[in-house]
Amino acid sequence: MAAFSLIIAILCSAIIQSIPLLYGATGEILTEKSGHLNLGIPGIMYMGGISGVIGAYIYEKSVTVPNPFWSIFVALMSALIGSGLLALIYSFLTVTLRANQNVTGLAITTFGTGFGDFFGGSLTKIMGDGGNLQLAATPKYFKASLPFANDLGPVGKLLFSYGFLTYLAIVIAIVAAIFLKRTRAGLHLRAVGENPATADAAGINVTRHKYLATLIGGMIAGLGGFYFIMDYTGGSWTNGGMGDRGWLAIAIVIFATWKPIMAILGSFVFGGLYIAYSYVSPMFASLPNANTLRPVIQEAFNTLPYLVTIIVLVITSMRNKKENQPPQSLGLPYFREER
Amino acid sequence: MNNSATNDKNIKDQKQHKVHDPLFQIVKRDGMEWYKALGIRLGAILIALVVCALVLVLLTNMLGTPYNPIKIYKTMFDGAFGSARKTWVTMQDVAMLLCVSLAVTPAFKMKFWNIGAEGQTLIGGLCAAICMRYLGPALPDFLTIPIMAVACIISGALWAIIPAFFKAKFNTNETLFTLMLNYVAMQIIRIFIAIWVPTGSGVLSRIDNAHLPILFGQKQLLNILVVAILTVIMYIYMRYSKQGYEISVVGESENTAKYIGINVKKVIIRTMAISGAVCGIAGLLLVAGRDYTVSAATAGGMGFTAIMVSWLAKFNPFVMPLTSFLIVFLERGASEMASRLRLNESISDVVTGIIIFFIIGCEFFVNYKILFRHSKHNKEV
Repeated sequence: MAAFSLIIAILCSAIIQSIPLLYGATGEILTEKSGHLNLGIPGIMYMGGISGVIGAYIYEKSVTVPNPFWSIFVALMSALIGSGLLALIYSFLTVTLRANQNVTGLAITTFGTGFGDFFGGSLTKIMGDGGNLQLAATPKYFKASLPFANDLGPVGKLLFSYGFLTYLAIVIAIVAAIFLKRTRAGLHLRAVGENPATADAAGINVTRHKYLATLIGGMIAGLGGFYFIMDYTGGSWTNGGMGDRGWLAIAIVIFATWKPIMAILGSFVFGGLYIAYSYVSPMFASLPNANTLRPVIQEAFNTLPYLVTIIVLVITSMRNKKENQPPQSLGLPYFREER
Repeated sequence: MNNSATNDKNIKDQKQHKVHDPLFQIVKRDGMEWYKALGIRLGAILIALVVCALVLVLLTNMLGTPYNPIKIYKTMFDGAFGSARKTWVTMQDVAMLLCVSLAVTPAFKMKFWNIGAEGQTLIGGLCAAICMRYLGPALPDFLTIPIMAVACIISGALWAIIPAFFKAKFNTNETLFTLMLNYVAMQIIRIFIAIWVPTGSGVLSRIDNAHLPILFGQKQLLNILVVAILTVIMYIYMRYSKQGYEISVVGESENTAKYIGINVKKVIIRTMAISGAVCGIAGLLLVAGRDYTVSAATAGGMGFTAIMVSWLAKFNPFVMPLTSFLIVFLERGASEMASRLRLNESISDVVTGIIIFFIIGCEFFVNYKILFRHSKHNKEV
């Protein structure tokens, strides 16, 4: 029984770790399907997180008793607007002004992480309060799970013990999968990403599809950062706290071979790798030099997600199967008059 | 747009024969006079600096210590050049960023999106630290340092050859591959530090052996000189060597390169090896010439910033010192602002981001022109 509850605990924390990655990966898949490799996703995730925090902070400051509905609404909307704006800068520069996607994406990441860490560290000072940034009420509403979740035993805990953003992530991934695979608009979007010139000739509005895909993709990714702050850390900001999750989200896109359903599995695996060490470490406790060995093994474990990604990347390119390849025009600008 | 509603049927009939004329049209320029292009770019930087100043003025006002824009830029200037020491450190930062930018340039010119300079630099730096730690006490410096230099160059090159090999052989996406290798490199460094530092603090203290020599009592001078020489070599290599020419042909069109008998796979691997080797030198200078220790943050994101530096300079090694200086000046200036106002240092990233957005955006006006309906009729009909 102890082993069983341990497994449940491992699965639960893997799920919690996987959610920011899943949001980021779903957003990036939508973006990449339009032919845009958005390396700004890590920055956009920071932006979503900090915008949500700023919105919630200002709301909490302006009312005496926060109302759950408005707390959630204000925080969620500010996160969407913040990450949406940054995604809009990206799409304006790369779609309309035809700038290089890699350079623009990296600049977006520089700006977004800087913006996040700057306001995360200085918001209380700017607002005249001082002290560390810690939201009082809003995170509670985001962390709230179903009231009966804890009465359902381990399986109930595994399935129902999360805030609503967790389920939203999975729903969005499934909707994105259906959208890409089963709808006409999804087909058009994929056509734009594979070969914009052909799509253009077929009467598809390439510019509009590219804009919408980067914008909506950016907002979804922004929710990843938002989840991280509101649910995972419970509303406190530490600089650089989000770590390399944004880059891992981009890695999952490869791991999932551009399929949102596979991204659910991928983020679960990566989330598991993130926490694997803390559950494996007791096995090394009996070794003679466990204390010196432990940090070494821990860092070795942290290398796994990246190694797995590289292996997947190499294998998919070696097998060269048509349905597992990146969108054909990924990273290339499209200029109608240059055909 | 309202024409069709107000005018008579006649025009409607005409429209059926005539293709709808858009309000404006974007046309690629054949090439712009260099002074006009320079003017547009300087204009963009100027606008960006004004926008940044406005942001900072707003911020200082919110904090209750209002600064005017002139005071802001004076503070930033002090941050970069306020004292002889600050000036030297600024120059060294420019040199190091320039070094990594030089490294990514040949690969970029080839349209090989190497965003793994961070990792290649770190691996070079790690090799320097290994040599300093193990060879340093055993051998005299004049032996250790050459061995160390060779080790750094080879390790950086090898780390870059891995993705290049898979790109050449299987067309594996190099952007994603090199990106992942950055994090593998960081983890390898963390593993080494975990082995070397048994306390588990994760911080490697200063290594006292085999430092690069200090010229004329100025610690930063050697790094600056090495990078200056590298800049000239890279310019000559890209501009006048056969290999440099092959790189630009492969970058323009892989099919053309194949057709005229260039071995594209060989060029890809060779160019990435050079790219990685220069990163290895950067790692050497950072570890054995600046920090005397190594950590996952030794390269400090330079591998990513360098891409912007190289791109902003249009891959010209002689323009890169300027673009590199622009970025370093902003970083050091903004961190001075931050420390005066007791704010978070990340404001420098925000400022850098804004400026790069403007410069990226202005390239559009250098490369394309917009023809409005009227001007087009005047010119071409």
